[in-house]
Order: sequence, then C-alpha cells, then structure tokens
Amino acid sequence: MPELNLEGLVYVYREGGVRAVDGVDLRIAAGERLAIIGQNGSGKSTLVRHLNGLLRPTDGRVLVDGVDATRMTVAQLAHEVGLVFQDPDRQIFAGSVLAEVEYGPRNLGLRGRELRSAVETALAAVGLEPEARTNPYDLGASRRKLLALASVLAMGTAVLVLDEPTTGQDERGVERVRAVIGDAHTAGRTVIAISHDMRFVAEGFERIVVMRAGRIVLDGSPEQVFRQDSWSTLESTFLEPSLPAVIGERLGLGSTPTDASLIQALARTSA
Amino acid sequence: MLTLEGCSYRYAGAAGASLHDVSLTLRDGEVLGVVGRSEAGKSTLCLVASGLAPRTLGGTLGGRVLIDGADTAGRAMHEMASEVAIGFQNPGTQLSGVATTVYEEVAFGPMNLGISRDEVLRRTDASIDALAIRALSQRDPERISGGQQQLVAIAGLLALAPRHVILDEPTAQLDPAGTRLVSDAIERLAAGGASILIVEQKVDLLAGICHRVLAVDEGRITLEGAAAAVLGDPTLHALGVAEPSAVRLRRLGSEAGLSEQAIEGALALATSRVNDA
Repeated sequence: MPELNLEGLVYVYREGGVRAVDGVDLRIAAGERLAIIGQNGSGKSTLVRHLNGLLRPTDGRVLVDGVDATRMTVAQLAHEVGLVFQDPDRQIFAGSVLAEVEYGPRNLGLRGRELRSAVETALAAVGLEPEARTNPYDLGASRRKLLALASVLAMGTAVLVLDEPTTGQDERGVERVRAVIGDAHTAGRTVIAISHDMRFVAEGFERIVVMRAGRIVLDGSPEQVFRQDSWSTLESTFLEPSLPAVIGERLGLGSTPTDASLIQALARTSA
Repeated sequence: MLTLEGCSYRYAGAAGASLHDVSLTLRDGEVLGVVGRSEAGKSTLCLVASGLAPRTLGGTLGGRVLIDGADTAGRAMHEMASEVAIGFQNPGTQLSGVATTVYEEVAFGPMNLGISRDEVLRRTDASIDALAIRALSQRDPERISGGQQQLVAIAGLLALAPRHVILDEPTAQLDPAGTRLVSDAIERLAAGGASILIVEQKVDLLAGICHRVLAVDEGRITLEGAAAAVLGDPTLHALGVAEPSAVRLRRLGSEAGLSEQAIEGALALATSRVNDA
C-alpha cells in the first residue's frame, strides 16, 4: 500500500491565473482515513485531482511511494489511486450499469471470474446489483453517484479518493457510503474524501485537513479540528463546528465532535 | 399562489407513474419543504410544479396545476417560466452555457424578460451581492468549482425576481456559509411575498426556514404539516430521511438514559446560528 506525499504543491489554472493550490505539504500514510474540508473554491478538488495524475503540478511534486507521479504512466497511477468525481455525469459513459462498472477493472487487466467477482462486489457494496442491465441514465442522480463510486471501487485501488461522496444522498445512501469507507479501511486501503458534511467527517475519519485559499490551515483529529480554539480558523474558511462540538465546549466538557462523544460526556457528568 | 390538484405524472416511455394524486397549495410568502428518500418523486414534483413536465419533457400529466386559481393547462412554457422559476439539483443543467462571465450568466435571465437595462443591472448586482460571489463576477462560469456554480445558478434565479420558486436541493454542494447565504436569500424572497418550494436532504436547513414540510414516498405525499412536527415525526426515519441534529441528539440522549432536562439544557446552549448549518 502506497504512502502519498505532496511537497510544495502549487497549481495555477492557466485561464484567469487562479492559484487554486498554493503551496501544500501533506503526507498521507497508507491506510489512513483523511477528510478534506474547506469553503467552496478553496482548492480541495484541484488538490485531489493531482493524486491520480489528472492534473500535473505547476510547482512542487506528488510522490506515490516515493516515486514522482509525473514519472508514472496513467496506467501505473490507475492501479494505485481511484478518484470518484463530485458530478457522476462527468464519469459515466457506458450503456449499462454492468458495462460501466466493468470498464475500469477490465482496463486493469482483470478477466473472467476475477472480473465478475470485482464487479459483483462493487455493485453489492452500493446496492445496485438489481440494476446491472439498466442504462445509467435511467437511474436517479443519487444512484448515478453510487454507480460512479462502484465503478472506481471495482478497480480495487490501494487509494480511494471521493469528492463529496454524500452529496444528494438520502440517509440510506449516506449509510452505504459510510459502509464502503469502513470496508475499504478494514481492507487496508487509504480513503481520502472531500466533504461539507461536518457530521460525516467527524464520525468517519481519523484525520481532517482544512483548506483555505489553496493552503492547509488546520490538520488534525476531529477532536483537534473541532475544538474551540480552532473555531475562528474554521469560520475563516466558511465552516462551522458540528452541533455536538458547540454544545460540548459550551458545557465545558472538552472537544466532543460527534453525537456519540457528546452523549458519553453528558452521561459522565450526570452520573 | 401555486396549486397542484390531484396531480399524477408518468414520464414518456415509463411503465408507471412517478407521481400519484398529489395535491398541495403553495401560498404567497410561504416556504414549503419537501423531504423523502432518493427517487421518491421529489424531483418529479418539482418538474410538474414548474410546468416543465409535461411541456418540455413530454409524458402524461393528470390533474391540474393552477396559478392564483387559474388553470395553467393552456399556457406555453415561456408563459409558465415568467411565473415559476426552477433551480435544478445539478448547476451544470442550470447554467446557460452561453455566458462567458459569471456576471453575464446572472444577467442572462433578466435580460430575457424585456425589462430596462438599468433594472437588469440592478437586479444582477443585488443577486451577486446576496450570494457573495462578487469576486467571481469576471470568471468563466464553466471554470469555477461545483459549489460556486451552484451559487451562481441561484443568483441567476434571484435576478428573475420570481413570484414562485421551485428549488431542487439548492445547497447540495455548498459549504455551511454558502448554505446560509442561500437560506437567507430564500427567507428574503418569501418575506417579499414570493412562494418557495424547496427539496432538501439537509433537514436542519428546512427546520430553520420552512413554514410547512411535506414528506413524499413512492410518488405520494405521506406526511404534511408544520415543519417541526413533520421533521420530528418518528416515522420519517423509516422513509429514509435524516433526523434534524436536535431530534437526533434527543433520541440518542434518551437511549443513553439521560434526563430530558439534561438534553434540553444542552440543546439550549447551541445557538440558532449553528442549528441552521
């Protein structure tokens, strides 16, 4: 499993000269669950698009297990890093759900039983087995998004990058995404997710990186990132601590970024 | 006032209807929230209420859609559009594709209303400021982030100064501050007499701004009432709808054996600012 290492990463969009990523150093250990949060336009999506070689740094480097990503072929990177887009319609192109999910692993060289098993497992993970023959465009937006997730899952990459995976999902869809992340983690895969859902990131990730204007302004555990002395930094990037985090601090219970941690702390004080 | 009377709708080529016998009234100045699991019929409801189904999409509509009590059946899409504005889930669907700057994109709608140039500029500037996207005004709308596109699309809707607004998950890709800007804009529109129907998965947002909420499941309205009552309804969870943060904390607290007093005391410490997020 690879370690990812961003060194002094800068990315300037040619059109408009916007410095979307402005000097990011970030080391992501193999098997880590990392969430990236920050205001709209803070450079989160631009950053993660460097991880699978979709963008090449204007300056700085992306190292995958010590190897400069720009020296790796698209095929080599595709074995290591799978990226699920925010908008599934940028990703989906096949005429059936099955063909869509098969495409990635087939390109990685999987055939026969191995291919079938990868596809079936991925479809089951997102609850789309009954729709294998369906045209992706006959699925609603939320299930197209789960399909895009399945088609990357099926590739079995060591690193899974998810750009706003819970957007537009109902409660059940969010649960499925959580389960997919949990299973990937158990299997030792690295999971990197961009999200605006503070509850989702506080409950499901050990490490949270906060971005503002192309730079990292906070990096730590949910307890560290949502504790009171981080609130002004969160606010500066248009984020807010989760409800349990606010209540915990106001009650003097310390940092309680999740419902479960708040309830536990409340139970301790009332016992 | 926008009224749906016994509306059923079947998409062109679909085996069955996606909406069954839906009746609702959207009063002037009212914010009506719609919740439900994925593919429950929420987006279809938006398409029917906006007039796009069946005018643009084809398919078969049963029942009636009325504006201020008058049946809209004979009205063409451009006539409907001047009364009812719709914001889609995916801002990519919304953007005109012809504007080269965000400013032009926001001005595109009002420019097509036949109003004076000064009025177009006034509305465009006001909408851009309302959603805090001034810094983006000279950028290419195709080359800004997904969340920024969503704000631009909503600014474009505001600039139409619509009397009825249908919003399908308008904040899906937005950060908490962007979500707040949109909810503030909705409240201002409603205060000005516009009626708003909003579909959202963010139940905390609905709890903050809606007068009434409907739950939709399998194409039918299954719950309807005051926002707090519907969003606190224990059966909503079974419909695949998330609980508002406060409702969830109450449930988890009582499951953990905490006293009601302890839970309510804790909740009272959370400001409305955070509750809205």
